This record gives sequence, structure tokens and C-alpha cells, in this order.
Amino acid sequence: MSQTGIELKGSGFTLSVLHISTTDISVVREALANKIAQAPKFFEMAPIVANVESLKGDEVDFHTLKNALQSLNLVPVGVSGATDEQKLQAKAAGLAVMVAPKTNSTENQPQPTTVIERVEVPVIERVKVEVPVEVKVPEYIPAMQLKQNVRSGQQVYAKDTDLVIIGSVGNGGEVIADGSIHIYGALRGRAIAGAQGDSQAKIYCYNLQAELVSINGTYWTSEQLQKHGWQQAGCIELDGEQLSVKALTE
Amino acid sequence: MARIIVVTSGKGGVGKTTSSAAIGTGLALQGNKTVIVDFDIGLRNLDLIMGVERRVVYDFVNVINGEANLNQALIKDKRVEGLFILPASQTRDKDALTREGVEKILDELSQEFDYIICDSPAGIEQGALMALYFADEAIVVTNPEVSSVRDSDRILGILASKSRRAEQGLEPVKENLLLTRYCPERVERGDMLSVEDVKDILAIPLLGVIPESQAVLKASNLGEPVVLDQESDAGQAYLDAIFRLQGQSVDFRFLNTEKKGIFKRIFGG
Repeated sequence: MSQTGIELKGSGFTLSVLHISTTDISVVREALANKIAQAPKFFEMAPIVANVESLKGDEVDFHTLKNALQSLNLVPVGVSGATDEQKLQAKAAGLAVMVAPKTNSTENQPQPTTVIERVEVPVIERVKVEVPVEVKVPEYIPAMQLKQNVRSGQQVYAKDTDLVIIGSVGNGGEVIADGSIHIYGALRGRAIAGAQGDSQAKIYCYNLQAELVSINGTYWTSEQLQKHGWQQAGCIELDGEQLSVKALTE
Repeated sequence: MARIIVVTSGKGGVGKTTSSAAIGTGLALQGNKTVIVDFDIGLRNLDLIMGVERRVVYDFVNVINGEANLNQALIKDKRVEGLFILPASQTRDKDALTREGVEKILDELSQEFDYIICDSPAGIEQGALMALYFADEAIVVTNPEVSSVRDSDRILGILASKSRRAEQGLEPVKENLLLTRYCPERVERGDMLSVEDVKDILAIPLLGVIPESQAVLKASNLGEPVVLDQESDAGQAYLDAIFRLQGQSVDFRFLNTEKKGIFKRIFGG
């Protein structure tokens, strides 16, 4: 610690970015409210940046926007993709002007990228010819792996990936993943899979005694789970609108 | 260097102070120089259980504030050689403990003692956090009932994240489970969680199982640590746990209902 009691350092954070394509804030608010209703916990007091790039300089009422975001329990931190005039207005509304990162990918899903690899092909005349070959390489995010028990009061979140726990999740513990959750032990606490919206996410556990399981916002409490594979090894998945529990072993 | 052991539980009334007194006394009986430190500032009980309440002059908070030195505050036990008690203050509250102050006292005690037993207050606030922060080892006192087990699980999570060892990335605090007030008859009737149930949920090594016993209440009221009562099952169970704490392997006793032998049937138990 420095002698002044503070230290100023640059650091990068992951923020949710709200892309706005209309100047009608009430429309924005309603659409956002619907989105939040799917995973209210996840969005609670989440910092958010408003991107106004697609408005191409149309006038935005940043005061109303800020109030709308706050009323949804979000924390508006700044504006990106703004024109010079919009920047002034945003500052006047008490919002920071952010510089958008230079990427085109706005999707959460990893996009396959095309990579050119050079492969050596031996030719009969013993002449080496280099042939460019196209190979598709999916962007790969390794699963978050934990070899420990998640105890009461602890929370684990695997962002953009799967969560593997070698151990048990105790009552009052909470495990969250944007992908699937695998628990090689008992699940006695809460498990929330597909937290950012993935209906294909699943929850696997050796012994199902959960307080709550949720996939893509659809949840069951322990009361409902009593009738479905309670204290068994199981896989919980989303079957249309309904959750279902399938036995892991016959 | 002393081994710093915190006796903790999360939940109140499960037997932390009784266990601190019994284990501290037992360690001293076996020739280890031991001090038991009462971290329950404002609700001091350890001195009562140890039967030294009339000899308290200075306390833990006085030493932290520099109003007394450690030797003035330490109370020497008259029954067991090498056993000392550092009492808590009754008039202050738990915010009187500062991390620096506690560290200084524990460092000083470490020079002189083999074992420092920290008797934690209930809860997961300042007082309890202070008691466990510097620990090398933890004894998690749990009753065989659901709420106690859940609170123990919570405190294990805190040990793994908020202790000095966790913060500095050292070897984690060694965890021990001490199951108290165990009643095999009630387990058999299904009214109480069994040893296996609790071990399954908490998943930490079992240090000891102390049977529910009249001797514990009697010992508390007399101010005699129960481990001094070698006739009692609770006293023997604590001694077994103390052997295990020092790395010896001792079979578990008092886990099953007592089968009445032929002599007991004839002559009465």
C-alpha cells in the first residue's frame, strides 16, 4: 500500500452492454424489463453500459434513460458509441463516456473462426508444394473446475462456460453457470444453469437434494423435486417449457 | 511455535466453551503447555466453566489496550500444571478486538505455549472472525441436528475463505469435526442425525463424538472441566479426542446404545 492510502491502476471489467435502436425510452424499458424477468437475480444491481451507435446521432434523452435503468435496479455507468453531441448530453446526465472495444462480435456464443494453416504435402516428384487448407476451429472456453465442497453461504459463478464440481454443494450454497453444471457429489443447495439464457444447459448431480434448480430461468424448488428423482443421481434438463429429471443410471 | 486451534461452530449453545475447556485441560494434563483464550467479549463464560471467575483481574481487552501486560492477565490453573486461561472482558463488546491487537497477543503467547485454544463466540461476525482468523487448525463443534450442521457448514466456508491462511494462500486451516450431545438411543429412534449423516454432509475428518451426559452439566456448574471427571463417558470421549488431536489413532466409543450385560441385568446398572 502506498503512503497516500490510495493507488490508481487501470483494470478491465466485463460489463453488460445494452444496444439501443430506438429513441423511445419507454420501449427500451419495457423490453429490458421482460429480459430481466427471466433472470432477476443475475441482473440485480448489475452495472450496464448503453450503446447508442445504431441511432447514428439521433437525440436521446439520457436523463430518462438513466432513470429507467435505475428503476429496473440496474446501475447505469456510461454510454458508448456516441457522437460528439451525444457525448456532451450523456455527460450532462452524469454518465461516463466509454470507448467501445474494437471487436465485431457482440454475440455471447463463441463464433467459429477460420484459420489458414499450411500443410506440407509430399508429391511423387519429390517437389515440396505448400497447399493452404481451411480448418474450422471453434472458439473454446474451458469449463470451470473446482475440487472442493461449496459450503453454505458460498457462491460460485462460471461465466460463459460449464461448471464442474468435484465435491458437494451444501444447503445454502449456490452454484451458477452460463453453461451446464456437473456435480460429482450431492446437490443440497441451489444450482442455476444457462444463467444468461441457454435452454440446452443441463444440471447433472450424483445425489439430488437441491433447494432449487433452474435452467434458463425455469426453476423447481425442493418441494417439486421431491417427486422427481429425489436423492438419486440425475440429469435435470429443460423439456420445452417444463423441467424434467432423468435418471443417470438405469 | 504454538499450534493455534479455534473452537468454533456458528451456532450458539452447542458446547464450544465446554469443549474448549475440556480440550485445553486435557492437552495440559498430557504435558502440553496450553492457554485457552476466551474470544467471547461481553459474554464471558470460559472463566466460569474453568472455575476461575473469582480470580479475574485483567482481561484480553485490557491487554490489547495496553492497560495490563499478558502475564498480569493470564490466570494459572491450580489443578493442572501448565494450563492458563486468558479471560474475556465482560464490560466491552466484540469490536474491542482489533486484528493487530489479537495478532500481537497470539504472537506473544506462541513464544511460550505449545497449544493456544481460541474459544470462539457464536455467530459469523467480528468476534467469531477474529477467533478463527489466525488459526492453524479448527475444531468445529456440531450437535446432531439440522440447524447446527448447516451453521457448521457455513463456518467451514468462512474458514476456507476468510482465515489468514486462506487470504495468504498458505496451506488451508486443518478442519476437525467434534460431534457433541450425541445420543445413540435417539439416533436409533430416528429423532437425531447419526454420525454418518453429519460426516456425509460436512465431509471433514471426525475428531470425536461426545455423548450427551449429565456429567457435562455437573462439570459446568462446579467449574471443573469435564475431562477431569474420568468416571464419566463424556470425560473419556474428550480424552479420546485429545489423543486423536495429537495424531494418535483411537477407536470411537459411545456410538451405539449400551447393551445391558448379564451382571447389569441382575445387579442393576
